[in-house]
Amino acid sequence: MSEYQRVLIYGEILEGKLASITKELLGIGRKLADELGQMLYAVIIGSGIPAELAQECVYFGADKVYVIDDPLFKDYLTDSYTAAMEKLTRDLKPDIVLFGQTSMGRDLAPRLAYRLNTGVTLDCIELVIDSETKLMYQTKPVYGGKAYAIYVCQTKPQIVSIRPKTMSPIERDTSRKGEVITFALNINATAIGGKVVERIKEEITRIKLEDADVVVCGGRGVGEDGFQLLEELALSLNGVVGATRPPCDNGWVQAQYQIGLTGKVVAPRLYIGVALSGASQHLSGMMGSKNIVAINTDPEASIFRAAHYGVVGNYRKVISAFIEKCKEEVTS
Amino acid sequence: MNIIVCVKQIIDPEIPAAIFKIDPNAKRAIPPDRRAFIISDYDEVAVEAAIRIKEAKGGKVTVLSLGSQSVIETIKHCLAMGADEGILLTDPLFEEEDRSLTAYALAMAIKKVGEFDLIFCGRQEGDWDAGQVSLGIAEILGIPSVNPVKKVEVKNGTILVKRIVDDGYEVIEIPCPALVTVSNELGKPRYPDMKGIMMAARKKISIWTSQDIDAEPSKLGPSAAKVKMLKLYIPVNEARCEFVEGETPEEAGANLALRLRKAKLI
Ligand SMILES: Cc1cc2nc3c(=O)[nH]c(=O)nc-3n(C[C@H](O)[C@H](O)[C@H](O)COP(=O)(O)OP(=O)(O)OC[C@H]3O[C@@H](n4cnc5c(N)ncnc54)[C@H](O)[C@@H]3O)c2cc1C
Ligand SMILES: Nc1ncnc2c1ncn2[C@@H]1O[C@H](COP(=O)(O)O)[C@@H](O)[C@H]1O
Repeated sequence: MSEYQRVLIYGEILEGKLASITKELLGIGRKLADELGQMLYAVIIGSGIPAELAQECVYFGADKVYVIDDPLFKDYLTDSYTAAMEKLTRDLKPDIVLFGQTSMGRDLAPRLAYRLNTGVTLDCIELVIDSETKLMYQTKPVYGGKAYAIYVCQTKPQIVSIRPKTMSPIERDTSRKGEVITFALNINATAIGGKVVERIKEEITRIKLEDADVVVCGGRGVGEDGFQLLEELALSLNGVVGATRPPCDNGWVQAQYQIGLTGKVVAPRLYIGVALSGASQHLSGMMGSKNIVAINTDPEASIFRAAHYGVVGNYRKVISAFIEKCKEEVTS
Repeated sequence: MNIIVCVKQIIDPEIPAAIFKIDPNAKRAIPPDRRAFIISDYDEVAVEAAIRIKEAKGGKVTVLSLGSQSVIETIKHCLAMGADEGILLTDPLFEEEDRSLTAYALAMAIKKVGEFDLIFCGRQEGDWDAGQVSLGIAEILGIPSVNPVKKVEVKNGTILVKRIVDDGYEVIEIPCPALVTVSNELGKPRYPDMKGIMMAARKKISIWTSQDIDAEPSKLGPSAAKVKMLKLYIPVNEARCEFVEGETPEEAGANLALRLRKAKLI
């Protein structure tokens, strides 16, 4: 039997709570561990980690949680975090290590993999264990999502990152039992390349784009002066405005609101795509939406192939009338 | 400042899904025509970042690309933008789907170049979206990396970057030499002008094989691959769009509101 015998997930904290990606990782991690007959481990790295978070990991499926809490880890730095993960994975010898495809995961997973001399696949949307080889088959969208590739890693550990909102957490269960272990490291702080000088938070909306129930997304066809109308629409539906890449590149919308392969991943109950063509790289960030509405002057636009409801027409006229109708409905 | 920029030639990632084709046996995309080969767009931004630093601080920009002979066109484009020298890495041994082999070959080539202060890469390639070659290079060379960034400044021998995170950005200071991956937020890359194109014709492009970079043969080729691709396919999309109509766009908009209300979506 191989000496590599556990599934390890990399847990992230967001505003003092377990990030939703962490629950998703615990969900898929639990499934893989059960299929392999292995234990599920989680690791949380940071400084001043709220004590209850390790227990939360247990409630969401972990058997053992490693907490690495040190002022050294106040800010994420590639060097220090990679060193911590290297130490832990060399000790634990996991079969599989799962990260989220987040600003941390997409940076940390590859550096760790190269340090351990193993392979890595980023941004996976499906993971299954092959019944014969017991290796993990990794499905990853490629060519901006126009094709899917299935990869397998022949060295251990098998390291991947997972696209947010593609895996389901398991039910939180407070009767679950697990062990919490404080893991101390001797990392030479002077060997760390670089330091964080400051952190600037740029997000300003009432509701986080990723958590919004309704997302109104504008494309290049909206034009600089059109986003005001989209804000109005979003406000009437209690939603948030996002954008494709061109409006962000043009400075009409802040880059934090870009949706897609290299932006945010959203999966709202209702997504309304306005004057955007539906490029695969954009679809990568919204395909999980439950109901998709598209408004475009071009009936051939790709977005109509992904949409449930569509209107062909100039968005300014369509949306103004839409908002009017909504008001009418409410007052009558 | 000696800057090395790693650039990749790819099939245009903006080809619409409707005409995008793959060869499932060869596990590759089929380029619709020759013009479909372009520089990966983040890599073009990386070249722009390098040239801006050269303009501000002086120095030299070397463009490095691994691929087939056709990549010469991409290198020439970078030279016309203002890079000083180009290197093409080409060898049948390099043709593998495992990105760790690409990272190894590029890192060995960078060792051969020798002196450098800064390496620029794109945040990810626009074709396979792997997102790991850059970090692999940094790891093999044992230098710090920051990924992905929207601004780079050089100050008294250290590098100040703005790293993009989910809710904003971080200002990070790193010592030289370092590797930085660049995102489109840095700004639009310049178009080569006539003068640039003419100057490019006189600039040097070296062509290196695996032997030129002292690569260990055991670390290249199919037998060295850690990750293997089992299958490449085009996913089927089952959504069927219900078009909501009207005599005018206004009427269609009103009908859409009624339709979504009926479906209890608003
Ligand atoms: C590696 C890589 C990563 C990328 N990552 C992302 C990403 O994360 N997110 C992202 O969005 N893109 C991303 N892109 C870019 C992507 O490929 C497309 O270029 C982009 O999504 C196109 O945006 P768009 O649909 O708004 O613009 P366009 O494709 O130009 O579409 C504009 C649409 O508006 C319609 N229109 C114009 N006027 C009107 C009107 N008055 N009323 C109604 N309709 C109108 C037009 O018919 C057209 O369909 C990435 C690209 C690459 C290569
Ligand atoms: N074949 C290549 N030649 C030169 N640079 C490359 C090559 N492949 C990847 N890179 C560099 O590594 C970055 C990340 O690529 P990837 O990890 O393949 O997504 C790219 O943006 C390039 O800067």
